[in-house]
Amino acid sequence: MNFLYDITQLIAWALILLGSVMVIIGALGSLRFPDFWSRLHAASVTDSGGVILLLLGMGIHSGFNLITFKLFLIGAFLFITGPTSSHAVANAALVSGAKPSKKNQNEIGDEG
Amino acid sequence: MLRSILTAIFLFLLWYLMSGIDKTLTLGLGIGSSIFAVWIVRRMENASDFKSLKVQLRPVESLKYCIWILLEILKSNWTITKVILSPNMNIKQNMFKVPFSQKSDLGQTIFANSITLTPGTISVEVEEDHFLVHALVFSPGDHAALAEMNERVSKIEGAVK
Amino acid sequence: MINTMPHFIFLIALILLFIAMILVLIRLYKGPTLYDRVLSTNSFGTHTVLFIGVLGFLSDRPDFLDIALLYALINFVATIAILKFFRYRAIGDVLIKRELKK
Repeated sequence: MNFLYDITQLIAWALILLGSVMVIIGALGSLRFPDFWSRLHAASVTDSGGVILLLLGMGIHSGFNLITFKLFLIGAFLFITGPTSSHAVANAALVSGAKPSKKNQNEIGDEG
Repeated sequence: MLRSILTAIFLFLLWYLMSGIDKTLTLGLGIGSSIFAVWIVRRMENASDFKSLKVQLRPVESLKYCIWILLEILKSNWTITKVILSPNMNIKQNMFKVPFSQKSDLGQTIFANSITLTPGTISVEVEEDHFLVHALVFSPGDHAALAEMNERVSKIEGAVK
Repeated sequence: MINTMPHFIFLIALILLFIAMILVLIRLYKGPTLYDRVLSTNSFGTHTVLFIGVLGFLSDRPDFLDIALLYALINFVATIAILKFFRYRAIGDVLIKRELKK
C-alpha cells in the first residue's frame, strides 16, 4: 500500500515538473516568435498542455477529496474560456486589418 | 419550473462542494443564495427575448471525444514544442477554410473550441458554413485531420429539432 | 526525505512559473501591436492562476484554489471587456446596436 502511494506521488511530481516546463516553453515561444499570429500559437501551448499537466499533477498529489473537485472546476473553466479569449483576440486582430504576413510563409522551404 | 428546481439543486451542490462546511448556518445561506440566483435568472428570462439553451449531447460519445481530444492536444503540444525549441523555427503559416457540418450552435462552438484548444491551429472567423483557421505549421494533411475532428464532433451531437 | 520532497518539487515549479511570467511581461513591454499586449495580458492571467494554485500547495493551504478560480473568472471577463472596448469604444451595448443597424 505504501509502495503504491509512493508510485502515485512520483507520477504526480513528474507531471507537475513537466507542466511547469510546458508553461515556460509557451512563454519562451511567445518571446521568440516573429509576429502576432505565431505568438497566438505559443500562448496556446501554455493554455492547453501546461494547464492539463499541472492540474492533473496537483490532483494526483492531493488524493481524491474536495481539492480535486476544485482543481477540476478550475480546469474545466480554463478549458472553456481559454480558447474563447484566444479566438476573441484573433478575431479582433483580423477585423482591425492585421492580416497574417506573407513573409514568414515558406521561409525555410517545403520541409514542414 | 422543473428546470428551475433542478438548477437550484445543482447550484446548492456546487456551493456545498466548494465550501465543504456542513454547519446549519452555512447550508442555510447556500440554500437561500441558490434560490435567489434562480429567481433573478427567471426574472431576466421574462424581461428579455432570451432563448433557452438546449443541451443535447450523447453522454458516452462525449466522454470518448474528451479522451480523444486530450490525446490529440498532447500530440500537437509535442509538435509545437519542437518548433519553439528548434534553433531555426521552420514555421509555415497559412490561413485556410474548414467546412463544418454541425447543425446546432453548441456543436459549432465545441468544434471551434477544439480547433483552438489544439496548439497549432486557431479558429479566427466563423462564416456561414465554414471556419477560417490559422495554422502555424501547415501541411496538406491538416485538411484531413480537421475533417476527422469535424466528423467526431458531429457524432456526439444529438438530434436537433 | 519523502516528506520534504513535495515542497522541493513545488518550489521548482513555482520558480519556473515565475520565470515564465517574467518572459510574458517582457513580451507585454516589447509587443509592437495592441493585440500582442492583450494576448500577453491574458496569458499572464493564466500563469497567475497556476501560480496561485502551486503556491497554495507549497504552503499547505489549499484554500488558495478558491482565489485561483476567482482570478480565472476575472481574467476572462477582463480580456473580453478590453477587446470589446477597443472594437466598439464602449463597454455598454448602445453603440453596438447603432453599428449593427448601419
